[in-house]
Amino acid sequence: MVRYVIRRILMLIGIVFIISVGSFYLIHLLPGNITTIIEGPGASPANQAKLYKLLGLDRPIYEQYFVWLGNVLHGNLGTSFISQESVASTIRAALPIDLEMIFISQVLAFAAAIPMAMRSARKPDGIIDRIFGAGSFTLLSVPPFIVIILLVLFISIKLGIPHTGVSTYVAFTSDWIANLESMALPAVTLAIGSFVVYFRVLRSDLIATLQEEFITMARSKGISQRRIMWRHAFRPSSVALLGAAGVNIGGLLAGGFVVQFLLAIPGLGYTLIAAINQNDYLLVQGIVFVVSVGVVLINFIFDFIINIVDPRISRE
Amino acid sequence: MSNVAVSEEQTSIVERPEKKAPLGPLFWICVGWIALNFLGAIFANVLPLQNPLYQDYASINVGPSLHHLFGTDDIGRDIFSRIVYGSRVSIAVGFGAMFIGFGIGTPLGMLAAYRRGRFDTIMTSFMYILLAFPAIIATIAILSFWTPRSLLKIIIVIGFASVPLVYRVIRTATLAVSTKDYIIAAKVQGATDRRILLKELLPNIAPIGVSFLLIGVATVIALEGTLAFLGLSVSPPTPSWGNMINESRTVLQVNPWLAIFPSLALCLFLLSLNFIGDRLRNHFDVTEVKL
Repeated sequence: MVRYVIRRILMLIGIVFIISVGSFYLIHLLPGNITTIIEGPGASPANQAKLYKLLGLDRPIYEQYFVWLGNVLHGNLGTSFISQESVASTIRAALPIDLEMIFISQVLAFAAAIPMAMRSARKPDGIIDRIFGAGSFTLLSVPPFIVIILLVLFISIKLGIPHTGVSTYVAFTSDWIANLESMALPAVTLAIGSFVVYFRVLRSDLIATLQEEFITMARSKGISQRRIMWRHAFRPSSVALLGAAGVNIGGLLAGGFVVQFLLAIPGLGYTLIAAINQNDYLLVQGIVFVVSVGVVLINFIFDFIINIVDPRISRE
Repeated sequence: MSNVAVSEEQTSIVERPEKKAPLGPLFWICVGWIALNFLGAIFANVLPLQNPLYQDYASINVGPSLHHLFGTDDIGRDIFSRIVYGSRVSIAVGFGAMFIGFGIGTPLGMLAAYRRGRFDTIMTSFMYILLAFPAIIATIAILSFWTPRSLLKIIIVIGFASVPLVYRVIRTATLAVSTKDYIIAAKVQGATDRRILLKELLPNIAPIGVSFLLIGVATVIALEGTLAFLGLSVSPPTPSWGNMINESRTVLQVNPWLAIFPSLALCLFLLSLNFIGDRLRNHFDVTEVKL
């Protein structure tokens, strides 16, 4: 176990190193004079000198990397030359919105996927299993940005539910009920995508587990179907589910923002797209770095949880 | 002389599983739908379609009618025609990116699994590190800095981003095949590495490759749609399914058709690709466990 953990941590450090090099190098993909592009052609010499110093542009590129890394380790991701706010504080303001959205969506997805997978696995290829199967397969082909458009069309426009439409976001601190309403559509959209994955993974694992001998044993002892499902079959079947959840939650942090874009919910993703459109490159770089590290950390944490659920994995 | 003749005749063995899952009529409907989309994309210029860029200010945001099958958008362009032309972008990105991904990932994956040793160790750990990197954020980041954006750059970025995934699938599939008796037999007979790789291994991993390719194309098309929806793909007025949906954002209330029809086109295309890929995988009995 200890050796496994050490190996994983070394790998984590390696990946974060590569991410930092990649995020650092993004700025150098820009064509032409970097200070002019980032600050615009009208920037004052004083501002240009400030950026020059921040990025260490007068030094060779590998030294620039260490200048940048030093700043990042001190929590300094630069200052946006458009909003004049520090990139770090912009990210700190937006991140909770993403976390809330992901949290609600995951609660919904698991609440739907676990009972439905159990129902399906009880009679594989039965009528209910076929309906669930066909339905989840179809949903697999509907990208989240289409789900959110259709939900807005039918729920906020046709039915006229308040706080669900475009640009009606309410902050949690100002009115939490209205906030939940404005989070409902994006959370449901992300929940649908996650649900499909969880349902399919858990269903096939449950079917495999239910054919094991210890289940037959439990049945012959007269233990109820429900107890067998929850107490005997669920835990050994949940390893792949947890793996899928790790990848999926990471994916939501990296790509779930698509649903914020339409409704103008000011989370990280919306901020990222706005920054791209305003050529606010330092902010883009900062968000890319933070989100990438976040995704890798989430995967790392889930690897741990999987090990606790099924210790055989670390022993290989 | 006779020796040459024998080795020429010695055809490579392609493994056939004993019982195949039937493909079913739905499979052929999906194939037909993909074919129809391809024909539309290729012959869009020749077909009797309206000009996808022509703005008819006399009919703005009109619903479906005989004259405009799917109605018109907010500046009077024919939605049906724009959807047919828009399929060009999706098809080009989907298959173009997978061409790059498989072009690089397949030879690397096969070589790594066949040679094993240090090459395999280094290559595989490198690819797994790349896999940990969130692809969508990397794609968006590179596309936002590598300006100006073009269809070719999008294909290149997504194509390279898909290499680690393709590598993993092909390597695992090759590993499973390369321990089979007929590969060992070929080696014992003194077949060259080249021959084993191309004539023995390649045909046997092809079914896995093809079904993964189709699902990959669907994933890439969805990704391009997302980029276009965010305004990061081909620039207007070139129609693509994603940027049509993007343009519908501002007129959702007055003209839902502009959102519904391109969404439908995109989803049906993805559904067909996924279905074909899934059926082929079952047909050739390639279970997830094996991969």
